[in-house]
Amino acid sequence: MSQKIKDATIPTIPFKARFSRWFGRNLLRIYMVFGFTYLFIPVAYTFAFSFNDSGKSNLIWKGFTLRNWQNPCGAPEVCSALGNSIKIGLLATTFATILGTMIAFAVGRYAFRGRSSSNILIFLPMATPEVVLGASLLSLFLVFKINPGFWPTVIAHVMFCISFVVVTVKARIASLDPRLEQAAMDLYANELETFRRVTLPLVAPGIAGAALLAFSLSFDDFIITNFNSGTLMTFPKFVYVSAARGIPAQANVIGSSMFFLALILVIAGQVVNRKKVR
Amino acid sequence: MSSDAISARGDLRLTRITKSYGDFKAVDDLTLTIPKGSFFALLGPSGCGKTTTLRMVAGLEEPTVGSIHLGDTDITTTRPYQRPINTVFQNYALFPHLTIFENIAFGLRRRGVKDVKEQVDKVLNLVELPHLAGRKPTQLSGGQQQRIALARAIVNRPALLLLDEPLGALDLKLRRQMQIELKWIQREVGLTFVHVTHDQEEAMTMADTIAVMNEGKIEQMGSPADLYDNPETAFVANFLGQSNLIKGKIDGNDGDNLVVDLYGQKISMPKNRSHAVDNSLYAGIRPEKFRISLLGTPVRGNTLTGGRIEDVSYIGVSTQYVVAMPWGQEVMVFEQNDDGIPPFDKGDEVVISWEPNFTFGLRGDEDVEAGTEVNPEELEGE
Amino acid sequence: MSLPKVRVPYLLLFPGFAFLFTFFILPIINLAQTSTQTPIKGGDTGQYEQTFAFSNYITAFTENKEQFARSFVFATCSTLLALAIAYPLAYAIAFKAGKFKNILLVLVVAPFFTSFLLRTIAWKQILGEEGFVVPGLRSLHIISQQTTLTSTSFAVVAGMTYNFLPFMTLPLYASLERIDPRTIEAAGDLYANGITAFRRVTMPLSLPGVVAGTLLTFIPAAGDYVNAAILGSPTSKMVGNVIESRYFKIVDYPTAAALSFTLMATILVLVTLYVRKAGTEELV
Repeated sequence: MSQKIKDATIPTIPFKARFSRWFGRNLLRIYMVFGFTYLFIPVAYTFAFSFNDSGKSNLIWKGFTLRNWQNPCGAPEVCSALGNSIKIGLLATTFATILGTMIAFAVGRYAFRGRSSSNILIFLPMATPEVVLGASLLSLFLVFKINPGFWPTVIAHVMFCISFVVVTVKARIASLDPRLEQAAMDLYANELETFRRVTLPLVAPGIAGAALLAFSLSFDDFIITNFNSGTLMTFPKFVYVSAARGIPAQANVIGSSMFFLALILVIAGQVVNRKKVR
Repeated sequence: MSSDAISARGDLRLTRITKSYGDFKAVDDLTLTIPKGSFFALLGPSGCGKTTTLRMVAGLEEPTVGSIHLGDTDITTTRPYQRPINTVFQNYALFPHLTIFENIAFGLRRRGVKDVKEQVDKVLNLVELPHLAGRKPTQLSGGQQQRIALARAIVNRPALLLLDEPLGALDLKLRRQMQIELKWIQREVGLTFVHVTHDQEEAMTMADTIAVMNEGKIEQMGSPADLYDNPETAFVANFLGQSNLIKGKIDGNDGDNLVVDLYGQKISMPKNRSHAVDNSLYAGIRPEKFRISLLGTPVRGNTLTGGRIEDVSYIGVSTQYVVAMPWGQEVMVFEQNDDGIPPFDKGDEVVISWEPNFTFGLRGDEDVEAGTEVNPEELEGE
Repeated sequence: MSLPKVRVPYLLLFPGFAFLFTFFILPIINLAQTSTQTPIKGGDTGQYEQTFAFSNYITAFTENKEQFARSFVFATCSTLLALAIAYPLAYAIAFKAGKFKNILLVLVVAPFFTSFLLRTIAWKQILGEEGFVVPGLRSLHIISQQTTLTSTSFAVVAGMTYNFLPFMTLPLYASLERIDPRTIEAAGDLYANGITAFRRVTMPLSLPGVVAGTLLTFIPAAGDYVNAAILGSPTSKMVGNVIESRYFKIVDYPTAAALSFTLMATILVLVTLYVRKAGTEELV
């Protein structure tokens, strides 16, 4: 009996069928490869052209050089623009995070009259196009005879970042187990001590994430900044303005650096997180 | 006043406590005294109000009406952090961002205790987990977390330790082990434990005194043996273990005993074990007290004839029978498999007998089904 | 609960809301009242008087209806394209990535750490005469020698789609990731093949993510002008471009204000209708 089974030939699946089955199973994986390639094309291009020996106009490839990386502030205004963006970013992040976290706690923790209207007020700036946000702020500043510049820009950035901070921190607060705070009070911590020693440490990652988000939104912002900065140059503005005559390669250097820096930060954050759980 | 509360000691007295949410009364006019140093269990199904009662004692909820006293001190409105009471929460509620050491030290530090390390080490030894001091809660197993939650509460030497279904998330074997350990720790440390649970076996294993709660009220309170042997209501009779409740009429007296007519058959039971208010009652007998005999075999005590075996379940330790009685009711009988005699068969005509002193009598107007439903929520814990 | 507790939420809200009120609500109100002003006759540029000229809205709209229409068409196209591209990607990461989920998620967002402007300009150069795409397509005879890809509506929509991709991918991923794979297995157990299971189980369950993603993409896209400015031509101007030019090139604040308001109002109306139809209530 077993001999008969041994002698029978093992049926083979024809190549065509095998290929189409492999293809179907791996279709999504193939798509992912294409998708990620598409996502990274401009990044790769920017990175590649940061090595271009181009002088002022970085439009055609002229030759490989490390000079741009060695001298990232070589082009005029690049580093002052970068400096402004960082200064504005840090200030805006600080204020937006503080104000936004307070709102998140109020809305996420307490039931009070006007809570749903509060939620709508927080959502509105996110639903408003940047053109309108920027233009309306500019109009207001003009009415009060305030000239656009550094502080109006900071104010504008705080304004549009608050909503994102609220949403991020609120999500973190929602995932907090209320029994932890009850346990703290059961263990002789009053309301303030409970907040300081239990609530805040547990919400901190959410606040950190919100701050990071706010900084990236602020740093990369162009439209609202354009309306409210007047003659002040920020990095995105610099890139836009120099697009016509050709962006200096130093801008590519800075752009690529921001990319790698942010990538490292995020990956480091992931690794730290995984270590904590272990 | 509030600083006095933390040094209060003595019996816990709940006086006419009611907790209402709108029209719904979670706890309904509850009066209870828990003696100092005892292991007390609040037993009942989901939604009976036992957890709410516990939370009011801890200070995490305020009663709508009524007062709570610890010894002579009124603690009804004092904040949880001012009460010398600690809780072991159902999901342990260990602080995920602190080490085990800091978790246990938390209460000590808030109270400004000096020799923190000594006390933490001592209690870690008590729960046999000294090597885990440096870890974080997420790195511990369920059983370990449970013991740390206990340690965190005990280290504060509270006047009262509250346990909110702390063993619910553990598997059976671990649960059994922890039940014994908790009892041992309570004796060792000498604290008053108040344990809330829906598992009647757990309550009976661990507690000195059990209060059975149902719909916001206490049905009966007493030692496990008292509650089991002599339940006063159908709910207690059905919730603790199983009971056979047979409707009957009191027919007369016989010295210290009552003569009861059950569907034409007469039995006798002690007068002091009857809670009937008129001459209608339910005669209650626990299934393990019943004895099955074939027709013609000599029997002692109360007898009920005309039974026929409908179902046989061999459990190893015992055999469980469902016997159909002539008046249409099916009764449960548990026979210990201790004499090597093979079990009876389905369809056998049998006589049921038992010692009259094991009978208990419930009011004739009781709801026979009370306490019998298996609440689906109970199956997964609250 | 003691009395102070009642005050706490309001105390917490006050600074943030005061800020939002001053720098969001007030400007919008100011915008509204600017939109009905008219230039003072004989005054300098930039001087206006309040005349409640609601006709400004009519003029602004009719003069720019082409740009309005274009904005919404572009926004819709890029939203749909982004959905088409992002959905399979989010699905793949949620269901097929296993332990690489987090890494892949970071990789999806990573390209957007480079400056928005730099990315868009990179596309302009990649799709331009000096890039490799156009000459490549020409030599493969897919497009003729005369066609260019930059300065076209195609480029604008392509740029918008690319730039708003993470706003679409992340919410999609979030809701797909939440789906219990066992529900899909259950569908299979109940005689649904792969496509039916997707249609009847996965897709409906991912709907909140789709709604969130499309909103987060459409709203900024409708008001965008940077993509149009860099990748488009004067014939592919959007409403955003017009508003910007009315502030900085031709000083005409009332028109700009009226356009802004119309844009905002249209978006709000569309969003409300859309959300009501899609049936999700809690977005924030």
